[in-house]
Formats: sequence, C-alpha cells, structure tokens
Amino acid sequence: MKKTHIILLVLIVAAIAVLISFLQVSTTYDTIEMAKSKPGKFVHIVGKLDRGKPVEYDAVKNPNYLRFSLVDSLGGSVKVVYNNAKPDNLEHSERLVLKGAIKDDYFECKEILMKCPSKYTDDPNRIQQSINNNTN
Amino acid sequence: MDYIGEHLLPGRIGHLLIIISFVASLVATFAYYKSFRSEELEDQRDWKKLARLAFWIDAVSVAGIFIILYFLIANHRYEYLYVYKNSGNDLEPKYILSSLWSASEGSFLLWTVWHAALGIVLMFTSKKWEAPVMMVLSFAQASLATMMLGIYFFKTKIGSNPFALFRNEMSDLPVFKFADYTSRITDGNGLNQLLQNYWMVIHPPVLFIGFASTIVPFSFAIAGLWTKNYGGWTKPAMPWALFSAAILGIGVMMGAAWAYESLSFGGYWAWDPVENASMVPWLVLVGGIHTALIYNHTGRSLRATHLFFILSFILILYSTFLTRSGILGDTSVHSFADLGMNFQLLMFILVFLVPALWLYFSRYKQIPHISKEESTSSREFWMFIGSLVLFFAAVVIILKTSVPVVNKVFGTNIAPPKEVEYSYNNILIWVAIIIGLLTAVTQYLKYKETSSKFFLKKIIIPIIISTVVSALILAFGNINYDNYGPVYLAAIWAAIASSVFAVIANASYLWLGIKGKLKLSGPSVAHLGFGLMLLGILISSSKKETLSFNTSGIFVNFGENSDEKPGENLTLVKGERMNMGKYWVTYETDSAHPKKSQWYYKLKFENKNTKEQFTLTPNAFINYKGNEGLMANPDAKHYWDHDIFAYITSLPDPEKNKDTSSFVNKNVKKGDSIFYSKGYIILEELNSTDSVPREIFGDDGKLFEARLNVYSKTGSVYTSIPKLALAKGVFISVPDTITAESLVLQMNSVEGTTVNLGVKESGAVLKYLTLKAYKFPFINLLWLGTLLMATGFTISMVRRIRMNKGKSET
Repeated sequence: MKKTHIILLVLIVAAIAVLISFLQVSTTYDTIEMAKSKPGKFVHIVGKLDRGKPVEYDAVKNPNYLRFSLVDSLGGSVKVVYNNAKPDNLEHSERLVLKGAIKDDYFECKEILMKCPSKYTDDPNRIQQSINNNTN
Repeated sequence: MDYIGEHLLPGRIGHLLIIISFVASLVATFAYYKSFRSEELEDQRDWKKLARLAFWIDAVSVAGIFIILYFLIANHRYEYLYVYKNSGNDLEPKYILSSLWSASEGSFLLWTVWHAALGIVLMFTSKKWEAPVMMVLSFAQASLATMMLGIYFFKTKIGSNPFALFRNEMSDLPVFKFADYTSRITDGNGLNQLLQNYWMVIHPPVLFIGFASTIVPFSFAIAGLWTKNYGGWTKPAMPWALFSAAILGIGVMMGAAWAYESLSFGGYWAWDPVENASMVPWLVLVGGIHTALIYNHTGRSLRATHLFFILSFILILYSTFLTRSGILGDTSVHSFADLGMNFQLLMFILVFLVPALWLYFSRYKQIPHISKEESTSSREFWMFIGSLVLFFAAVVIILKTSVPVVNKVFGTNIAPPKEVEYSYNNILIWVAIIIGLLTAVTQYLKYKETSSKFFLKKIIIPIIISTVVSALILAFGNINYDNYGPVYLAAIWAAIASSVFAVIANASYLWLGIKGKLKLSGPSVAHLGFGLMLLGILISSSKKETLSFNTSGIFVNFGENSDEKPGENLTLVKGERMNMGKYWVTYETDSAHPKKSQWYYKLKFENKNTKEQFTLTPNAFINYKGNEGLMANPDAKHYWDHDIFAYITSLPDPEKNKDTSSFVNKNVKKGDSIFYSKGYIILEELNSTDSVPREIFGDDGKLFEARLNVYSKTGSVYTSIPKLALAKGVFISVPDTITAESLVLQMNSVEGTTVNLGVKESGAVLKYLTLKAYKFPFINLLWLGTLLMATGFTISMVRRIRMNKGKSET
C-alpha cells in the first residue's frame, strides 16, 4: 500500500468521524410541546410572537432582559426569556426561530432568528400601500 | 388599456439582447465544437471564425443588457419591476450599481458580463486550446442567459427577466387601473439597507470575477479530457488558476470585511452557509493549483488536478443553488428569496456535473500517472498531502453546510448545533495546525528527493526564530481562551505556533531559498500572507472582548436570573456619562441623514487610563421604506493592533415615545421663580442684541437669550439657555432641554423685561440608546495577510504567463 493511500484512508476516516460527531452535537427543530417534554435540552423551536400577550422590555431598566410569548402552529405556547437586547423588529416578525432550552416554566432563549415579511413579498396590498404613501 | 408615460423601448431592446445572447452563445458553443472536431484545417478555421463572431455578439449583448439596466435604474423607471423592487429616489449614485446587482437577476448578469470579458481574453491568448476551452465557456454563457430569459416553455417559466414590467407581473394592483400609473409610482421600494454600504459597491463585482474565473481551469481540464491531450493543458491553465485564486480569495475576504463593518454580527466570519459556499471552491481550487504544480514538475497527480479543477467550478454552481434556491431560509441571514427557479438552478449544476464526471471517469484509466511511489523527503509528497487536507476540509465544510438540503431531501429535522461557530472551529483548528506546518516546511524540500542534511541546514534558522517568537506570544499574549476546555486551548496554542512558523519560514525563504529574487517570490509571499491570515484569525477570535458589559450597577436587575453574567448590552441616556469597562461613554448628540430615515449617533469614548478621547458615530436606519424597525450600522475606531467597534442594538420606540404633554406658559421677570414637579427654575438673566444680519432678521430683528438656573429637589443645579429670535416681525423660538430632569424650556415672546416662558415636563425627553461594543485585536493581520497572499498569487501568475510565452516563442 502506498503512503498516499494510507494518508487518504486516514483522512477519509477523520472526515467520517468528524461528520458523525457533528450529527451528535447537532440539534433538532422541535415543536413547543416536544421542547417542553425534554427540559434542559438545547433545541430550535419555530413559532410566532403571541401578539395577545405583552412584550416586556425596558432598555432603561435592563437592556438585557426581554420576555414575550411564543405560539406555534400546533397550538403550543410558551413564555420566552432572552437575556439580550430586544431585536428591534420583533413585533413585526412573521416567524421566529428560537434557539435555547426549556428551563422551569419558560424557554431560555440564546438566539433569535427573525423572518420578517420582506417588503415586497408579492403581497399586493403592501405594495399598493407603499405606492400610496409615496404619492402623498 | 393604453398606458401613458411608460418607457418600453429600453426594456424591449434589453430583452431582445438577452435572447440574442442566448442564441449567440449556443451558436458559439456549436461552432467551437465543430472547430476542434473537424479534420480539415480549413474547416477548423472557418468554424472558429464563426464561433468568434458569435461570441463577440454575445459579449456585446450582455454588455448592452448591463448598460440598459443601469440606465433604467439611474433614471428611476419604476414601470420595471426590478427597478421598483431594488432601487429608490434616495440612492446615492454609487448605490445605483449596488442596486443593479443586489438581486438574483442582476447578479447573474454581472456573472455573465465577467464571463464575456474573460472569454475575450481567452480568445486572444489560449491559441490551440481556444476551441475546446471556449466551447465550455460559451455553453456556460448560454446557461446563464437562460436565467434571465423570463419566457414560458410548456407552461414552465424559464429564468427571470430583469426587464419584466411591473404591471405585467402584478396586474391586480389597483394602481394599474390608471393609464398614467407611472406618474403615481413616484418612488421605488429602495435598496435593502444592509446593501447600502460601500463594500457592496466593490465586493460583488470582485467576488463574481472570482466565481466567473473558476470556469477557466475547469474548461481547460475538460478540454484536456475531451481532446485526450491530458497533460498539455496544465501550463496554459496555471496563470488562470492563480488569477482565480487571488481574486476569489480577495472577493471572499471583502465579504468578510463587509460582515465585519456592517452586518453587526460581531465579527467577520460566522460560518454562515453563504460564506462557506464561497470559501469551499477556493479551498479546492488552491488544492488544484498545488497538484498542477506537482504535475508540471514531476508528472504526478494529474488525475487529482483534473478532479480538483472540475470540482471547484461545480462547487461554485452548487453555491449558486444554495444561495438562490431559498433552501437556506432558516439557517442563513443573507440568501436570496426563492424565485421559483429551483429546478432550473438544479439543472444548471447537472448539465456541467454529469458530463464532466462522465468524461473524467471514462477517461480515468487513460490519464497518465506514475505508479512508483514518491519519496517522503520530496516536495511533491508533502504538497500532495497538503492539497488532500485542504480538499477534505472543503468536503467537511460543504457537507455541514448542506444540512438544510439533507433535511429537504430526506424529510429530517436536523438543526445546527448549539455552538455553530465552535462546531466548525473545533475541526478547522486541527486543519490549521497541519496546513501551517506544511506551508512552512514544504518549500525547503526539493522535488523528487531532499537530503536530510540540506533540509536541516536550511530550516534550522526559521525553526529557532519561530520557537522564540511563538514562545513570546504564548507567554505574554494572554491567550487564555478556555471557554471550551484545555484541549481546545492547547489546539489554539499549537495553531498559533504553527502559523508563526509558516510566516517566519516563508519570510526567511525569500532570502535563504530564492535570495530575494522578486520574480520567484510568488509562492513565499502567498504562503507568508496565508500564515498571517491564520495568525490574525486565531488571535482576533480568541482575544475578542465584549466592552459593553452592563456593569454600571444602576440598571442591572439580576433578581430573576442571578446566575447570569451581565448582559452584553449597555443603555446610554443622552448626555449622561456611563461606565463601560475601560471607558467612559457619553451619548452626546444625534443627527439625521438629509434624505433617508437614517440617524447618526455621536458617542464620546474616554479611556480611563490613558485619558484618550475619541468619538464613534454608529448609525441606524429607522423604519426605512416600510421596513419597520431598526437596521444598525456599526462604527469603529481603528488602531494598528486592535479595533474598537460599536453598534446600536435598541432605540426607544418613536411611536410610544411621542410627546403628549404640552407647555405651561407663564410671564416672568428677572429673578422670578417658577415651580415644576421636581424643583424650581429662576430666570437669572435676559440678554438681547440688535447686531444681527439684516438680510435674515429684517429691519428691527433681535436675538434674545435667557439664562435660567434649574434647582432640582435632588440638589443638582442645571443651567439652561433657551433662545428667541425676532425676525421680520415673527418670533422664532429655540427651546433648550434638560434631559436629566425631563424638562423643556422655551421662550414664547419678550415684552420689555417680561418673558413669556413655556415649561414642559415630559417622559419623552429621556433619549437613550442601547449599545453593544467589542474590541477586536489584531484584525489587521488578517487583512494584511489577505493582501500579501493575493500579491503572491499575482507574482506567480505574471511569472507563469512569461514562462508560457517564452516556451511558445521558441
């Protein structure tokens, strides 16, 4: 066996090992109910801001404390605590992907990915509205 | 309906040019094919003539498309959907270009324009390789043209036409019921605020030359396989591969610089899928350059060279698919929206991938190779190992990046790991150690065989110097990033030592190996640059500091989460000096952009130790063009060895903060006092002056200045100086604000010595912003390394072009 072949083999094994270890540290996209069934486990949950409940954030009191409620399409609901600044367009988001884990009775969020309605998402009403605004 | 006020001609010409470029590049593909397949010399020449003509037509057409689209955007022709969506009246001229390539159609256009330019250069320089190489390139041109066709073929939409009319694409909008709708759509949707940054003027064109140029080594490899002239192509392809590596490398790093300066991610690299997808082809391409060098010197590694050059272009196509198919939606912050062209994008990969792999594997056995093993003391052995390591790093990165594709295909729900960046860094730090070592020593080896005496004699000096330098850095550099345990910290140390070795060994080689001959210095300079990049990445990432820790003690409320470390955001109240680690920070003033809803915030930083003062002016778009919310742009103070970096994370909601209280007016004379809820105000002095410019103030113009002392219950005393101008018989008031007391004072009128003074107490006066600030050390090593690496590639490229010329002349 040639030396390059041996090294090739070593690299292939290393690559496979790396990918397997990646699958082990990778997490899952879960519903709120599923996340609640495994408290403390790091998951991604996808849902919407519950607009019926208050969004608590006071930058003057503490800029690193945000609390709101998340609902998902299956009817699950959870309180979310995020120890960071409030993403500014949270109220206008369409969909939220939250990374974190359930802790006690709330979801301790480490990171928020927001999906905002893009300004022209082919929604005729929005476009018409912005045209009206511009002509006024 | 007959619409009035539309400018339809440019769009029609533009669309016609798209169709012409599609047809012309197909003709060029076919004619080039016939040219190199013909037996007769005369046929070959005639076909080539036709092919060149067709390619010129294609090149002129795509240039025409580009110019027309630019013209439409610059003149705000909002009857075109692309113009409406991606530009607005408020754009500075430089951003017209950014608008042009900000969306999918325009970036395909940019790509095809570069292909055309590269093709013209190839036509003049590639000699006997012209026909097969240009055949591949012309075919790519045809494929790219389909992306902009925008025509229906059996009810399937092929491509997306940048000249599509707004009223055709969204005919339901009520505005199109008016014949003069163009006069009603007076402003466009605006350019995405993220893209309103000078890097977005220069990064995309550079990146896209990089993307476009990877097709040249690919085409040479295909041409070699197709014409069975297996090894002959590596020398003419070499300058192109070096060019591609230099420009793609710079393009990717410009993206990093953009992320660093504008995206507020807190860094230049976040292992975002879009970043990965553009870096991976570069890694494979660099692997290919090394194996091609091995082949040129020893006749080995030709098979790997073919594979690497083929894959680097295929990976460019794959990255196009990833970024434009919308598949990265949940994992990436900056990918294009789904245009409904996923099938077409997939086909774009397959039409190149399938024939290329078929050619490669069916000819694999015929590709010459040397079966005798290379010696472990040879340069080629270690270069090959290095290429393999780069290739495997690329494979691992792209597989991890493809998880959303896997989820889509297999219906799984794998999400990224908890620590995304660490999951990459933890692998690539080991790659960095190996590559750093190989980069350092390999040039000291000779091709075929190196005597250990020769090698040791040369390498001993760099080893000694780098040991000393690394030891100093590790001993005094405070590299103690132990968030992920001692093994990872040890790996960081090893990688720092390894990259220091790479830098010093390659710098020494400039004297020890090539005796300072500039034309031979390409590899050493490129490797030196690469080593500096590694070092810069390692130090800046492991030593990055958050400065804005909320340590003021006033606002922190740890009640509910007492185990939490202080948050990374700090709130600054206007006019109040806040404690931020090593600095005092004051939010001094703010000002608005004259045309856009963009605000600039002046923050004064004072270093507590050195007393140094400087001002940072981060800015933010607020509710820009119907995009509700805040889009922050950081500002940075650059030092030679570190950057201080600040951006706004939150601002008071302007709606909630609307001022509802009103002024209470009272007549006062000098010495009188007025009470307010938290204290009292005394009018100390009233001054007036007549010496005011008559052209502004009129004949009996006057300027009054009142000096008021505000005595707060807390014991603080503030001085306030509201002003009042009497200009052409009208009073114009300039109120003054005492932020800490939420107090606004204004003079309404003055009669003799009596002042009518308005006092307003309001919650809205409290102006504040929430800030995040970082310190990045030694980021300049990364930028310097990038430039050096590109310089090294360029020196090598020039040398290779000269060598090729010399050969063909003799």
